[in-house]
Amino acid sequence: MSLDYLVTQIFNGLVNGGFYALLALGLSIIFGMLRIVNFAHGAMYMLGAFVAYYGALEVHLPFFAALIVAPIVVGLFGLLLETTLLRRLYDLDPLYNLLFTFAAVLVIEDVMRLVAGALGSPYATPDILSGATNLGFTEYPTYRLFVIVVCVVVCALVYFVVERTPLGARIRAATEKPELTRAFGINTSRLVSGVFACGVALAALAGVLAAPDTNVTPTMGDSIIINTFAIVVIGGLGSILGSVVAGFALGVIAAVGAVLYPPISNTLIFVVMVLVILFKPTGLFGTTERTA
Amino acid sequence: MALALIEGRRGLVVGGILLALGLVLPFVPGVYIVFAIDLLCFALVAVAFDMLLGFTGLLSFGHALFWGGAGYAATIAIAHGVGSFPLAIVYGVAYAAVLSLVVGALAVRRSGIYFAMITLAIGQIQYFLAFQFVDLTGGENGLNITTRGTLFGLSLDNDFAYYYLVLAFVTIATALAVRIVTSPFGAVLAAMRENENRAKSIGYDTDRFKLAAFVMSGTLAGLAGALYSLGNRLAGLDGVDWHTSGAIVIMTILGGIGTIYGPIVGAAVYESLDFFVSKTPIGDKTNIVMGLVFAVVILVARRGIVGEVLHRAFARPTLIEDEDRPDALVPGPGAAA
Repeated sequence: MSLDYLVTQIFNGLVNGGFYALLALGLSIIFGMLRIVNFAHGAMYMLGAFVAYYGALEVHLPFFAALIVAPIVVGLFGLLLETTLLRRLYDLDPLYNLLFTFAAVLVIEDVMRLVAGALGSPYATPDILSGATNLGFTEYPTYRLFVIVVCVVVCALVYFVVERTPLGARIRAATEKPELTRAFGINTSRLVSGVFACGVALAALAGVLAAPDTNVTPTMGDSIIINTFAIVVIGGLGSILGSVVAGFALGVIAAVGAVLYPPISNTLIFVVMVLVILFKPTGLFGTTERTA
Repeated sequence: MALALIEGRRGLVVGGILLALGLVLPFVPGVYIVFAIDLLCFALVAVAFDMLLGFTGLLSFGHALFWGGAGYAATIAIAHGVGSFPLAIVYGVAYAAVLSLVVGALAVRRSGIYFAMITLAIGQIQYFLAFQFVDLTGGENGLNITTRGTLFGLSLDNDFAYYYLVLAFVTIATALAVRIVTSPFGAVLAAMRENENRAKSIGYDTDRFKLAAFVMSGTLAGLAGALYSLGNRLAGLDGVDWHTSGAIVIMTILGGIGTIYGPIVGAAVYESLDFFVSKTPIGDKTNIVMGLVFAVVILVARRGIVGEVLHRAFARPTLIEDEDRPDALVPGPGAAA
């Protein structure tokens, strides 16, 4: 095995890791604020890709516009779901939210199978990002480099907003002491809706980014959501830093593991999760059990 | 209240009615015998699942591990020359028992949402292994066998004979489940579910009790899966797919958490609905209907079909509304009859 090949695989790992990081990040900010695990996160990722696909097909929506439009459309859909239905379950055991969003996955996926068919549809890579870039030691597809950059930038941006802005301070306050935050006159229920919509929008963004790279299919969110669950267990659910670090790290670990021992490529993330549960059950960046 | 249906004389009567329905099911017009066999197997796995969810509050999203895994184990045994049906079942059940011990030991380290996510993720390991070890499992095509094996030298390849054999298994296993959850052991589980710290302070090693319940549930789920796979003479990736874990969750909650007999009803409703919807123009996209039904159950009828009936039959008017803790996943003893 050549070093070039290994480095190429590390870059491939960063691409997958970027998707994981975006999804885990959205899952984590939603969990931090609402105490719910959004099972439908993978379905939102899939919907993001389909908005880009149908946008291009029906109204010639360019890729760069889709990067903005799809998260907004899917974010609004999430907002509708949160304000009309999910909201009714907040006073209950958080498992009910998991179950409800699981039901949503079943409906959304099969509706999309009905609409789009089960087979995948290709989505063209934008011209400006097609081809390969010379990195000095190897040629690497330009589009995939773009994906890595976008994922890193968006993750950093979300981290900055939550940790360094007044809005982030409100979100963190509402996360830690919701009632006290309300007592200060902050409308926490609007914050909750906003955070849910933004989390879902991040999943949709990942979906648009994935569209040129994979086939757009109704089941494309199916396995990635479970990988993401494993990643947030590893990183510590609710930890923004943990989600992003675990997302990129596991992307790379899985890619390198696949080089060293190909049969393990699909299962390595879950094996790492098992090891983390054995040695640090709260996750690498998690502190205490945060659910009931 | 949850136990009102399965305890004492009423339990015997209700169980007897269910058994009588099971005995006549193959003769109901329009019921295919293979459908009836599947229905029984799903009823059993839902009962097994309820032992865990209803009595420990642990929501496993990985019961396909035991259902599908035991299905593979039993089918592989037959495919490799084991001629005896009971021996194939033993292989399947033993696999599920060992696997549930290992998975349970890991998963009970976390509770709540984490438990669900961890069991879901571990289920994917088995799925991908089954996908990759094509020589053993047949990969995407699944593993077909030509016979169900023999019992005391008799062939089980007659569907009616097999149906009644499965009915016997399901009856005994359900009776066992009822016995377990109404035993002192079941009382400890209920105590832990209500207040884990208090149960700990009395001196119960709650993790071991959770693990024991998980293994019992997983082993019975394995029995159901082995009966199902041998019944269809096929073990496939469907069985170990996480959607199957999800279907088991839906059946159980649809029927009524913590009612044991409820999940039997839930499995019957789920399978029937699935069958009828697949005949409509939406075809194999039955999850549109399943998902909507389940969403409605979660939003407005969390006690499930049997649970809601019981609630209306046994609930007495109270001055304080929150008597049965509507916030809890499992209705507590505040509502006990």
